[in-house]
Amino acid sequence: MSNFISNVKKQFKFKHIATWVIVAAVAVVLVIMSESGLLNRSTIGLLSRIAYSIILAVSLNLVVGFLGELSLGHAGFMCLGAYIGTFVASLLRESIDNKLLVLILAMLVGGLVAAFFGFIIGLPALRLKGDYLAIVTLAFGEIVRNIFKNLEIFGGAMGYNSKTYNQKDLFVIAFVVVIIVLILTQNLIRSKHGRAITAIRDNEIAAKAMGINVTFYKLFVFVVAAFFAGIAGVIYGHFTTPVLYTTFSYNYSIEILVMVVLGGMGSINGSIIAATLITVINFVLQSKLSGGLAAIRLLVYALILIFVVIFNNAPALKPIKERFSIHNLKEKRIAKKKGTIVDDAAEWNRIETKVKMDSILTPDLPHNENVTPDKEDKSPKEVK
Amino acid sequence: MSEFMLETKNLGISFGGLKAVQDVNLKIKKNELYGLVGPNGAGKTTLFNMLTGVYQPTTGTFFLDGQELKGMSQEKINHKGIARTFQNIRLFNNMSVIRNVLVALHNQPEFKYSPFDGMLHTPKYFDVEIRMRDKAKELLDVFGLLDERNNLACNLSYGTQRKLEIARALATNPKLLLLDEPAAGMNPNETAELMEIIKKIRDDFDLTVLLIEHDMKFVSGLCDEVTVLNFGTTLAQGETKEALNNPEVIKAYIGG
Ligand SMILES: Nc1ncnc2c1ncn2[C@@H]1O[C@H](COP(=O)(O)OP(=O)(O)OP(=O)(O)O)[C@@H](O)[C@H]1O
Ligand SMILES: [Mg+2]
Repeated sequence: MSNFISNVKKQFKFKHIATWVIVAAVAVVLVIMSESGLLNRSTIGLLSRIAYSIILAVSLNLVVGFLGELSLGHAGFMCLGAYIGTFVASLLRESIDNKLLVLILAMLVGGLVAAFFGFIIGLPALRLKGDYLAIVTLAFGEIVRNIFKNLEIFGGAMGYNSKTYNQKDLFVIAFVVVIIVLILTQNLIRSKHGRAITAIRDNEIAAKAMGINVTFYKLFVFVVAAFFAGIAGVIYGHFTTPVLYTTFSYNYSIEILVMVVLGGMGSINGSIIAATLITVINFVLQSKLSGGLAAIRLLVYALILIFVVIFNNAPALKPIKERFSIHNLKEKRIAKKKGTIVDDAAEWNRIETKVKMDSILTPDLPHNENVTPDKEDKSPKEVK
Repeated sequence: MSEFMLETKNLGISFGGLKAVQDVNLKIKKNELYGLVGPNGAGKTTLFNMLTGVYQPTTGTFFLDGQELKGMSQEKINHKGIARTFQNIRLFNNMSVIRNVLVALHNQPEFKYSPFDGMLHTPKYFDVEIRMRDKAKELLDVFGLLDERNNLACNLSYGTQRKLEIARALATNPKLLLLDEPAAGMNPNETAELMEIIKKIRDDFDLTVLLIEHDMKFVSGLCDEVTVLNFGTTLAQGETKEALNNPEVIKAYIGG
């Protein structure tokens, strides 16, 4: 037993140091690349976009993949962050000289304002499920952007003319933020709080019977996800000007959801890959299909998405994917080492995945249980 | 502290016009093994649902160790000391065996740490998580599930899943344990083993147990007292052999 403990501690100490070394290394590499002129303007633009897309996808995954609630208003939180963050930044710039400090403060304020609204949206989530919650969150996203459209201090329909940050510096900062968000999210999921959240997703009735405070955790997840989305918005706002309400339409919320679903609900790595992929596809289409061809951009985009989804689920490709999957390589490595100590450590590190979209769309259908919902509408629902 | 661990007074509930449970009066002494029997649809599970806050009773009230719990939420009732298992097993299927137990250890005061400790993986996080795992292994050992701990719960056999559900309920450190048909789907060997386990945990964990079971051998071999329900009302109550041999009860079971 003590062997296991020291083993785990050692492993985690190493992991801790390793993650921060990676953060530093990535930052250094990015700085060197941008300083040496390896990256042109448009590549830097693409990298910044990838950065905030990853934050958006991972934070939405917390709500959809880990908590199991459908949210279609994620762009609304980003909108709050973008407007409030850049606005606060322009106010702070008058009194604070350090640009980095201003950006960090703007991120905190933008994130906190978004988090506050995350709390408000979390409240109906306590009572509504599935499609009903989807409608409420969708309405929220639309309301938020329309409020900003009508506020004169934020430029009204013309958009808010934010001061952009030096793009060369911004994308480095953005990537550092991405990595911090990823570490915090992974750590959260691997803690008892993450276990409670996935327990609510897997079987809410059982979670309640085990004394898990479902109210607290639902609100908590909405607040954390909104906070991260707000930060993504602040990054976006410092990178694009003007900040325009049309960007944050429900189309964009759906695009974030597509990233989550495509990458696999409850899979953080999947969200990262899908966010990168979709952003790159969009970017390439936008830059390559200009002029007369711009009209078919959405068509091509849709076709590519359909192709990717089919490819992702094709049964014929399963053996190939399994052979190259990171997950399987890991399992194989563990199986080679064997022994309960290794197994225990692996269990500790495991992150719950495997949720199906149906179980989130259909209210009250217990996840992973093959029950057909009652035909008659009984209330309260019969629990056996 | 009260003489009785669980006391219900005229507890009842109706769904629309259907009186599913009516005027149930239970008095269960501390450390007792108490049985709840009755034909299908008698209202046994519904009674459990009222005692755990899933349903709010329409009449009457109930007390745990002298404290009235009626009207409290499911979470609150669990914190007060009632834990249960489900007739249709409700494990966290995608989680490993040990993780099912870890979820249930969530509220124990010795295992508290904040979400920030969790997000930052502070030393406190490691300290608590390691102790939690030791505790979970201890519990799994009681049920002979230690070697299964890293397997997914959905891959366990039916009988093993039932045992895991009891282990999980125990992890919330209850005073009163409600078991809904714990032996359903078990073979005779497993049933015999389960009887021993229930006696053992009653003694080791200082528990009071209220259990629903259709297997009369199981009930008479384990329970000191029983209550027989039929169509939501109490048909017989008292010392096990006597109550089960009551002519009314035999008639209800044969369907006369
Ligand atoms: N939410 C509900 N709405 C309407 N009727 C309900 C509800 N819950 C239970 N009932 C009804 O109450 C009655 C008692 O059901 P219950 O599940 O308690 O029976 P039981 O004694 O546990 O039977 P079994 O031995 O089959 O498990 C049944 O007629 C059931 O249909
Ligand atoms: Mg029942």
